[in-house]
Amino acid sequence: MEPFLWLLFSAGGVLSALLIPALLLLFGLAFPLGWVSPPDHAHLSAVLGQPVTRVVLLGLCVLALFHWAHRFRYTLYDGLQLKHLGRPINLFCYGAALAGSAVASYLLLAAW
Amino acid sequence: MSEKIEYTPFHPRWYRPHIPVFWWLRRRSYLLFVLRELSSVFVAWFVVFLLLLVNAVAQGPDDYRRFLDWSAGPGVLSLNVIALCFIVLHAVTWLFMLAPHAMVVRLRGKRLPAAVVGAGNLVAWVLASALVASLILG
Repeated sequence: MEPFLWLLFSAGGVLSALLIPALLLLFGLAFPLGWVSPPDHAHLSAVLGQPVTRVVLLGLCVLALFHWAHRFRYTLYDGLQLKHLGRPINLFCYGAALAGSAVASYLLLAAW
Repeated sequence: MSEKIEYTPFHPRWYRPHIPVFWWLRRRSYLLFVLRELSSVFVAWFVVFLLLLVNAVAQGPDDYRRFLDWSAGPGVLSLNVIALCFIVLHAVTWLFMLAPHAMVVRLRGKRLPAAVVGAGNLVAWVLASALVASLILG
């Protein structure tokens, strides 16, 4: 199990390093601060209407969440020395990642 | 549990060095390590932010407009400024410090040097960002 989780962690690390900076710069700063005018709804809707966009975004969401789960687990273990609370920490981290992945699948695949 | 515990007059003392909770504030490299680990929290925040955006676009133009207004509020905006700092820390440390040493890329049986892998990652990062920007800005 551990190597598999590590693989998800590492794949999530690569994918979020490649995609999140541009996305967050645009939607988090550039559009709200008016540096660039945001795309209109029809355009974004068309981009998200492509199945390949939604599959890539779903991959990003799932892998990024498991990346968080793995890394945050060790942050709590080592940073705050909570190794004795291993079981609840694992439940919380991977449980949240699973729940988030389910929500992402619903929004990107089922509900679209 | 049936073993009998034998008490001796000699009491062993555990060797347990005491490590303070904030041990990672003592050195720059330790602090950088913890900040890098904490970047994952902002990766998770971005997933939430992205899903809210996707949901708003799916609901229609009014919800999308509301999302844009919400993201321009002082709270969300400052959170995203902090998040972007951590995301950039994650991207730089991951693509250029970790991956070049962790990834073994072979070309004709020879391992490529770390600097070449790092340069390849830089190209991939620029291409991915350009693709994202061109798709969104159309």
